[in-house]
Amino acid sequence: MRSRFLLTALLALLLAAPALAADRLVLATTTSTANTGLLDVLLPAFTKQSGVTVHYIPVGTGKALAIAKRCDADVVIVHAPELEKRFVADGYGVDRKPLMHNYFVLVGPPGDPAQVKQAGSVREALKRIAQAQAPFLSRGDNSGTQVKELALWKAAGIKPDWPAYREAGRGMGPTLTMADELKAYTISDIATYRKYQSTGRIQLAILADQQDLLKNLYSVILVNPAKCPKAKAGQARAFEKFLLSPQGQKIIGDFKADGKRLFWPAHPAK
Amino acid sequence: MDFFLGGLTKGLGLLAQLDPEVYGIAWLSLRVSLSAVILAALAAVPLGLLIGQREFPGKRFLVVLFNTLLALPTVVVGLVVYGLLSYHGPLGGLGLLYTPGAMVAAQAVLAFPLITALVIAAVTTLDSRVGPTALTLGATRFQAAWAVLKEARFAVLAALAAGFGRVVTEVGAAIMVGGNIRHYTRTFTTAIALETSKGEFAQGMALGFILLVVALAVNLASHQLQARWK
Repeated sequence: MRSRFLLTALLALLLAAPALAADRLVLATTTSTANTGLLDVLLPAFTKQSGVTVHYIPVGTGKALAIAKRCDADVVIVHAPELEKRFVADGYGVDRKPLMHNYFVLVGPPGDPAQVKQAGSVREALKRIAQAQAPFLSRGDNSGTQVKELALWKAAGIKPDWPAYREAGRGMGPTLTMADELKAYTISDIATYRKYQSTGRIQLAILADQQDLLKNLYSVILVNPAKCPKAKAGQARAFEKFLLSPQGQKIIGDFKADGKRLFWPAHPAK
Repeated sequence: MDFFLGGLTKGLGLLAQLDPEVYGIAWLSLRVSLSAVILAALAAVPLGLLIGQREFPGKRFLVVLFNTLLALPTVVVGLVVYGLLSYHGPLGGLGLLYTPGAMVAAQAVLAFPLITALVIAAVTTLDSRVGPTALTLGATRFQAAWAVLKEARFAVLAALAAGFGRVVTEVGAAIMVGGNIRHYTRTFTTAIALETSKGEFAQGMALGFILLVVALAVNLASHQLQARWK
């Protein structure tokens, strides 16, 4: 009898425990903002000021926008200007504002078989990789980083179609690990690269950095309340306002991982 | 070797420090997966009993169907449940997406065919006279079914344990409908996927180790229950 009582009590406890619908703002965002820890300092500051809880869903830019299109998020922070413009033009998003930026890096084996380090510009560097038909590993996952990579090939006037150009179909970290094993070149966001490189997990070296073409622009976009009547438009707007305020921008600019600055706010204090 | 030892020592360290984030993750995983197994079992055990004990046309087909459903990839279940719970989906009005409730739903869907198939197998191999004997002795239908269940209790508990194992270890559905939200829908497996993608291999390994400890505790508890349920 006691065990049956125990069972019933357990059942009641378990079924009662998971909260049902929650009052919160849902932010769909890229893994790079989440993995660095930036959101873990930025969001609590907003919650403290406004009393609004923000739950972030860390996925790639492509998926974040897909989620927002289905009205399953209230606001997005992503980094693929081309996709964002289409998202807004198609009526899914409103109030797209630049939030911050950093730089992508071109990385490759330290031996640099295609001699891209001396190339001078990233365009020239990619040309050398194509000429040498050197191994190159693409994310292949429609993430902001991959969209950027494809735009870079286009800017260099190259169609990446040689046999050693491969698509990993995985996130940045696993792609870097694979590129390291394959002695391949790849494009990475600086934060993920630093993390992997500083722990000695990969040997890949930075071969091009801090050029205008490599700029990585993050924007904040609100889902269109006309398309998603249940979206928390007022709270989302307050959140965007906070992110762009001197306070929000200062948190972004002051944020450091392993002692290094990772993001440059769009509106730095004078 | 450092790779494995580092994870193990880190896991022990996190357990010993009573790290609140890790305990939160453990508690959520336990709550979600046990709720899912209980929900699934409420439907799967009676259904398995019925299919296993009765003879009817189409029975073979049903058995094959449930065995086939075992091959359902967790990501597909995640995708289907996401489609149902999404704002534009038929159950979007519940507002369950990206909550623990959504993970319970997805995991219950995952556990259901597994438990059903195993219960069918358990009661099929049973002495087929148990049910009818109970009935001739004056038992009601419910009491007869209970007698069958009691005879098969070890196999049924094994089915529940297998269901728990399936859902507590899956990551595809949980990350899709839960969203891996910190302090809210982050379970063992979604946390491990995240730590691995961040390159924090030791942390991922440590969480995997703690998951095993939790699973051990659950199985010990169910074993105790089994020993007492005579």
